[in-house]
Amino acid sequence: MSDQTLELKGSLFPLSVLSCADLSVNALRAGLSQKLAQAPAFFYQAPIVLNVADCRQTPDFAAIKQLFAELNLVLVGVCGAGTELKQQAQQAGLAALQLGKDNKAATKTSAAASNSNSVNNNSLNNSAESATVAMDAKIVEQTVRSGQQLYAKGTDLIVRGTVGAGAEVIADGNIHIYGTLRGKAIAGAAGDRSKRIFCYNLQAELVSIAGNYWLSESLQGEFWGKSTCIKLQDDQLVLAELG
Amino acid sequence: MAKIIVVTSGKGGVGKTTSSAAIGTGLALKGHKTVIIDFDIGLRNLDLIMGCERRVVYDFVNVINGEANLKQTLIKDKRTDNLFILPASQTRDKDALSKAGVEKVLNELAKDFDFILCDSPAGIESGAMMALYFADEAIVVTNPEVSSVRDSDRILGMLASKSRRAEQGLDAIKEHLLLTRYNPERVEKGEMLSVEDVKEILSIDLLGVIPESQAVLNASNSGQPVILDSESDAGQAYLDTVERLLGEKVPFRFLTVEKKGLLKRIFGG
Repeated sequence: MSDQTLELKGSLFPLSVLSCADLSVNALRAGLSQKLAQAPAFFYQAPIVLNVADCRQTPDFAAIKQLFAELNLVLVGVCGAGTELKQQAQQAGLAALQLGKDNKAATKTSAAASNSNSVNNNSLNNSAESATVAMDAKIVEQTVRSGQQLYAKGTDLIVRGTVGAGAEVIADGNIHIYGTLRGKAIAGAAGDRSKRIFCYNLQAELVSIAGNYWLSESLQGEFWGKSTCIKLQDDQLVLAELG
Repeated sequence: MAKIIVVTSGKGGVGKTTSSAAIGTGLALKGHKTVIIDFDIGLRNLDLIMGCERRVVYDFVNVINGEANLKQTLIKDKRTDNLFILPASQTRDKDALSKAGVEKVLNELAKDFDFILCDSPAGIESGAMMALYFADEAIVVTNPEVSSVRDSDRILGMLASKSRRAEQGLDAIKEHLLLTRYNPERVEKGEMLSVEDVKEILSIDLLGVIPESQAVLNASNSGQPVILDSESDAGQAYLDTVERLLGEKVPFRFLTVEKKGLLKRIFGG
C-alpha cells in the first residue's frame, strides 16, 4: 500500500539571488539596508539565495544568517559554492543549490555590480529584463461577495464570477469581470490612464479609471445591464457596448 | 460523524430562529438525532420558539465555563424524539463565547448527535462568527428584499474566508439559500424580489422557499415549531426544505399566486 499522506514532488520557485563581491557581514548589512529601505514591504520575509561564486574570502554563514533574520529576510541557501564552501554552508543549516546554466553567465556579469539582485525563475531573467515580460494577471475564480476587497497590484484583475454590491475590485491594470458588476471597480489605481474596465453586465455602484469616477446614478442609462467596456478619453469616462 | 450546520443571515428578523426550530424539528422527525444550539447570547429566543423557556436551568455559557455539564444543560424536546436544545445565556454578552470553548462543546456533542444546528445571532460580530466558524454547511436565510440580500452576500463572503474550513484550506462550506417570507402576489406586483432575482444575485443553490404565512407567527407565539403545523403552507414548505437538506429531490411549491376561482377564470379579472 502506498502512503497517501506523504508526497514528495519537485517544483520550481522564483527566488531572489543575492550576489555581492564583499560577503562580510558589515558590507552586506550596509548594502542590504540601503536596498530594503527602497521597498521594505516587497522584500519582507523574502526567501533569498546567496551567490558565493565570486567571493574572495570564506563567508561566516552563521553570522550572515543572523543578519538576514534581523533584516526580516529568509536565507534559504547558497549557490555557486565549491566543495569546501558547500560543506560550511550545509553545516550552518543552509541548502546548497545548483545554479542554472544561463543564469550562471548572467550572475557572472552582474556580480561585478555589488548588491544586484537577479531573479531566478523559470525563464531565468534578471531583474532588468523582467520588465519586458508581462506580469501574470490576478485571476479570481469565485464570486466576490459584499464587503470583500481585492487588489491586483501592478497587474490586471480577472474575475470569473460576479462582484456583489458592496464589494470592491481594484487593479493597477485592467479589470475584467465575467459576471455582473454590482460593486465598485477601480482600474488604473496607480494612475495609468490607458487602463480599462470590461464587464459582462454593468450594474456598478462606482467605476473609476485613474481616479476619474462615475457613480451608479450616471451609469444608469443606455449601458445599464449590458456588456460594457469603460475607458478614459480626454479626462472623461467613455462607455461602449461590447460585441 | 455529526454534521454541523449554521443557520445565518447577517440581517436580523429574517427568520433564523424560526427556521432553526423548524428544520431541527424536521430532522428529528426524520429520525436523526439533532441538537439546536442558540448562539444568540444575551438575546435568547430559541427557547421561546421551541416552547421550553420554563425548563431552562443551565445554558451554553455555563457549559463552556465548566459550571454545568452537557447532560444537565441539554433540554429534551417533549413533542419530538431525538431533539434537544442547548439554550443561550440571557445574562451574558456575546464575548462570553471563546473559540476553544465552543469547539470543546461541539466535539462533545458530535459524539452523540447526527446534526448540530447552530442558530446564529444577527450581525457579523464575534457571536455570528463563532456560530459559523466550525460549520460544515450553512443555511443562509434571506428575505426577498435588497437589504437582506446584501447582508446575506456579506455573510457568504465570511463563510468563504473566516470559517475553520477556509482557514485550514479544507473543502468549502456547503452553502444553501433559504428564502423566507416569500409573497408571490407582491412579487408579481414588483414589490418584492423574485426567487430568480435572489438566486441570480447570490449565486448559490436554493434549499427552500417559505411563503409569508400567518401560521409562522401563530407558531412562534404558541412555542411550537411551525413545521409541526402540517396543514399550513409554511409547515409544508419547511418539510420540503428538510427533505432537500437530506438529499432528496423535491419540487418547489408556493412560488406562484394561487389559482383564481372558477368564476374569475371565466369572466377574467
